Amino acid sequence: MSELFSLLKHEFCLIGMIVFLLLIKIRSKEWSGESLIRMMNVFLVFNLIFGFFYNSTGELFDSMFRNSGLIAFEKNILNLALLIIHLQSVAWMKGHKHLTEFYLLLLSSMTGMFFLLSSGNWLMFYLALELSTIPLAALCNFDLEKKRSGEAAMKMIMSSGFSSCILLFGLSLLYGSTGTIDFAEMASAIEGTPLQILAFIFVFTGFAFKLSVAPFHFWTADVYEGSPFAITAYLSVVSKGTVVFVLASIFYTVFNGISEIWYDVLVISAVITMTIGNLFALRQNNMKRFLAFSSIAQVAYLLIGISGSSDLGMSSSIYFVLIYVFSNLGAFAVVAHISAHTGKENIGDYNGLYKSNPGMSWLLGISLFSLAGIPPTAGFFGKLFLLTAGAEVGNWPLIIFAALNMVVSLYYYLRVIRAVFMEDGIQPLSKLDIGTSSKIAMLFCVSGILLLGFTSGLYEYILSLSYGL
Amino acid sequence: MNLSLLILLPAITSLIILFSGKEQAKRIALGGALIQLGLTIFLLMCFWADSNLPGATQFIYEYNASWFPALQINYHVGVDGISVAMILLTAFVVFAGILMSWKVDRMQKEFFFLLTILGAGAYGFFISLDLFLMFFFLEVAVIPKFMLIGIWGSGKKIYSANKLALMLMAGSALVLIGMFGVYFLSNIGTASFDLVQISANGIPKDVQLYFFPFLFVGFGVFTALFPFHTWVPDGHSSAPTAASMFLAGISMKLGGYGCLRVATYLMPEAAEHYSWIIILLATIAIIYGAFATMMQTDLKYMNAYSSVSHCGFVLLGIGMLTPTAVTGAVLQMVSHGLMTALFFAAIGMLYERTHTREVAKLGGLLKVMPFISTVFFIAGLCSLGLPGLSGFVAEMTVFVGSWERVELLYRLATILACMSIVVTAVYILRATGKAMMGPVLNPEFNKLKDAAWNERLAGVVLIAGILAMGVMPFWLKDLVSPGALNIIEQINGVALLK
Repeated sequence: MSELFSLLKHEFCLIGMIVFLLLIKIRSKEWSGESLIRMMNVFLVFNLIFGFFYNSTGELFDSMFRNSGLIAFEKNILNLALLIIHLQSVAWMKGHKHLTEFYLLLLSSMTGMFFLLSSGNWLMFYLALELSTIPLAALCNFDLEKKRSGEAAMKMIMSSGFSSCILLFGLSLLYGSTGTIDFAEMASAIEGTPLQILAFIFVFTGFAFKLSVAPFHFWTADVYEGSPFAITAYLSVVSKGTVVFVLASIFYTVFNGISEIWYDVLVISAVITMTIGNLFALRQNNMKRFLAFSSIAQVAYLLIGISGSSDLGMSSSIYFVLIYVFSNLGAFAVVAHISAHTGKENIGDYNGLYKSNPGMSWLLGISLFSLAGIPPTAGFFGKLFLLTAGAEVGNWPLIIFAALNMVVSLYYYLRVIRAVFMEDGIQPLSKLDIGTSSKIAMLFCVSGILLLGFTSGLYEYILSLSYGL
Repeated sequence: MNLSLLILLPAITSLIILFSGKEQAKRIALGGALIQLGLTIFLLMCFWADSNLPGATQFIYEYNASWFPALQINYHVGVDGISVAMILLTAFVVFAGILMSWKVDRMQKEFFFLLTILGAGAYGFFISLDLFLMFFFLEVAVIPKFMLIGIWGSGKKIYSANKLALMLMAGSALVLIGMFGVYFLSNIGTASFDLVQISANGIPKDVQLYFFPFLFVGFGVFTALFPFHTWVPDGHSSAPTAASMFLAGISMKLGGYGCLRVATYLMPEAAEHYSWIIILLATIAIIYGAFATMMQTDLKYMNAYSSVSHCGFVLLGIGMLTPTAVTGAVLQMVSHGLMTALFFAAIGMLYERTHTREVAKLGGLLKVMPFISTVFFIAGLCSLGLPGLSGFVAEMTVFVGSWERVELLYRLATILACMSIVVTAVYILRATGKAMMGPVLNPEFNKLKDAAWNERLAGVVLIAGILAMGVMPFWLKDLVSPGALNIIEQINGVALLK
């Protein structure tokens, strides 16, 4: 019993909250938004802290569910991201009427993410994937009065349904050729027969949809643009982070037998994704779409790191995701805040932002520099370590391509910096009041971006975890 | 002496500036720069005393601490004569640059914050003995330049800021690739970023041939290697005075130092192999830069193009690969840094008063503003290599060193480079004559005031540096040449082994 608890404690925590929210819903009188938000804040902080204690390694349910220090750490990263997202979207949530449902769906999706991370079996994997995705599609629709939000939800559910189909087809082929759906058993049965390679390609396509790896990225920008900010941030950080973790661990364990094949697949998709993400980001005017394409390009660097297929690759990708959480949410915090108060989302609206809102401008600047990989922000270290992991293999054309792509990406990040710091706006935004919770979220992001890079201890810690892969 | 102080001090200064009031920012920045100047002079004294002690290694004051042990990234710092010379240059230019921007009228805090960070990046770069650390500081220095030009610049500032940031970033991307090559493929066996270790163990020749171009061109972009010099004119002309001074005085030297310390030092065989290309490009830069300067009418563009030409001498000296020529290259870096900073300071002072940088619109300023005009003259004469000033010493050393190479191409390049001095004389004398001598063209000019105390002090500090180098060059030569010898010994050592 105690083992069940300690292995499943992240999930239990969320499920407990879900049950509690349901009880609130059933009662005749509903809670006010304010008190719900306050309770949620307390819960998320507790959830984050609780995640660091009583961790153990083991398997449950006939190795369908597994947990380890690494997986627990990944879950803690996601918990942290969820807390920051919640803090920074308080302004938006205050005006929303259906908060209980919002939280219910959000936590369900989060539970799905956790089970996904812990899955040791394709059945569990698929169930968790659907549990994490379907509530997300509903959440995309939560700007109820906006048409675009509905469109986003539709696109999300269609594309994720389609990708699930492809994934399932791949899984059925895998089952057919190996006769098992257990990760560990399958790993020993995969030898690289043509059928298995075909199946692998289908499974990868399913992943590629979730990660918006080109050419399966088309849904990303539209869904990001239409969804409420909290969900966009959740999609780009939590959802992507989870899939990256799972992708890495599945590639390293289950598909270890065909590593030459997935190396090529990863490299090719990284090159295409990087190019497409960067080229499209150059021309975006809407900040949300801009961040969508930039996040597509960021994933390509993660793929390069994973393709390094080593402890270095694994720990660098986890480290990068952690940094990416702070940098991307830092940028989102500012964009979300401005959008919630003024409804403005275009880069042109940011002209002269520095004059009226210096604090937010600094945060946006630092976050974008971190995304672009400029020192002394943490993004520099994250990106460099990923490239180091990629270069270890000795694929120099790839490294040259990636390094030069960093310059292209700098161009569009500088575009925003230019608007904020250098252009004089015709109608600059007025001074915006930053609420306490947004301030805390922003502080989290700034300290994360500035301090994470120098703390080599954290990197060593992640490295020590990934040895137990 | 603890070298980390050199980074720590500007870092702390910049933090204090960030949390200070608007009016205090410049005072704090100046105070920080003054202490830093004192610190570097102290470093020079210490270096003189300690480097000749028996048992002194190539780099002294080394400090090596593990930073990311898993990736063999260390915080490894240390100096030799070349680095000390560059650090000294940086301290002078930073001090003068902050003095010159005493009258910045908006966002003072941010301005001085960025200037100080830029200085910190340069100091860090010059003392690093770990490639990763070096790369870190190289990139730290890029974004402040972008912001300084973009926010406080003039003219087409946003275009220039963008061009500069992207070209320098492309340069550092190339450096990054070269860096990975060195990291994984050196003879050490395990991956390592440590400069001293790598140079002791060497790098296989085929690896050198592949990765030398990346490193050299990457750093070359920073130091206006032809044909990657195009950011120089735009960047310099749009930047505010202090940023121009930093850009030409410090930032372009990062590239030269990198070419020498990283590319040539680590990959001597490749440097020898490719030296003819370096010589060719450097000669083109020298000649092209000189002629392009002749055609400029804007003083800042003039100085920017002449910087391309003068930095060509640096690359020429490095490409020649003789101890004298490499010493000359370092001397030229120091000399050009001081001289061009002085020149930009003078142009800045003129522009602030006359609101024009067109040579044709100026005239007779010597009568109105004797101090500024004198500064302008001295900078110009230094630029054309008048004996007694630093330019002469540096260029002469480069030429003497170059002449030691007897092959036809090298001889030809040396002769052509020497001849460019005539062109330099033409544009310098023409510009100074037109702007300073003759009748006062615009009656408005008669009302203009001469330099204020801060400008005088900045000018005097830089001129003192130029004179100290020009009148008694031996101290600097003695400082630099052991370092240069060490770099060349790498090549000769390899040659002996063959």
